[in-house]
Amino acid sequence: MEIPYTIQPRQDTGLFNAKLGIWLFLASEVMLFGALFSTYIIMRVGAASWPQGSSVLNVPIGTFNTLVLISSSVSMVMAWASLKENKWKMHKVYLGITILCALAFLVVKTFEYSAKFSHGLFPKTSTYMAIYFTLTGLHAIHVIGGIVVLSYLFGPGARMWKTRPEQFTNRIEVVGLYWHFVDLVWIFLFPVLYLL
Amino acid sequence: MTDHHDIKSEVRRYLIVFAALGLLTVITVTISYLRLPLRVAVVLALFVAIVKASLVAAYFMHLISEKKAIYALLILAAVLFSGLLLLPYLEGLSVPHGTVSPKGGSPTVGTHAEHEPDTQKHQDQDGGH
Repeated sequence: MEIPYTIQPRQDTGLFNAKLGIWLFLASEVMLFGALFSTYIIMRVGAASWPQGSSVLNVPIGTFNTLVLISSSVSMVMAWASLKENKWKMHKVYLGITILCALAFLVVKTFEYSAKFSHGLFPKTSTYMAIYFTLTGLHAIHVIGGIVVLSYLFGPGARMWKTRPEQFTNRIEVVGLYWHFVDLVWIFLFPVLYLL
Repeated sequence: MTDHHDIKSEVRRYLIVFAALGLLTVITVTISYLRLPLRVAVVLALFVAIVKASLVAAYFMHLISEKKAIYALLILAAVLFSGLLLLPYLEGLSVPHGTVSPKGGSPTVGTHAEHEPDTQKHQDQDGGH
């Protein structure tokens, strides 16, 4: 059975189904992270003391990771634009860069975590560390999820380009929307945890 | 959607947004080194973050030219999100704000010490574990 509206937009929504689907998912993600940000505010306002982020975390490393994630977001949208221009090789290059940036982000994060652990800083150490590990951990899980999907579309999933190029382009757009959201969450996490 | 737009001009726009995001990241980090009072620092950091997020949403996520269904969905999400952030401030749900009691007594449990970063060393209670 053919899945309807993978390419053609539905008349009532004006969207192909996957796009509406990803936006519904992202709306639920807004609530997930929103609940945690709300928790952060409650904890910080009610805390007897709260460390300046930069006194605990490494700001240059956080800045580097922010730039890495922004770069991955740009390469993601360029990967989609390349498909629109029918430039398959450029698409592969940009998608490859996106995956590499995502991996680089995770490697840096792993080093950050292990540095904290080696200094005896664990989620149980303080409220600040608890919310730091919860928020960045949840974000890292999203990065891992992104890498899995991006890698599939870079590898075996790329076959679809030969048979159904428009649907493949839509898939890239949809995973791109998810990936930009992951970047967007980090845009708030970085100042909240590292700078304030 | 962008299908009807000239992709080449779109790509140029993406690169401009990329440069802007990089610049704004440098700006927000620089501001943090100025050690401004917490309130000012929070407002500035959030302002820069909102500008960056808006750029990503508007251009990379194409929200600048999307369909009504998505705008409607996002307005609903925004309303619920705002409710979530305002929830702690509802009467009856308020958390201790750490203010000195009106009678001039000793500070309550939640005393603020946010303006004195030097005094906030992490308790390394688990160092040996």
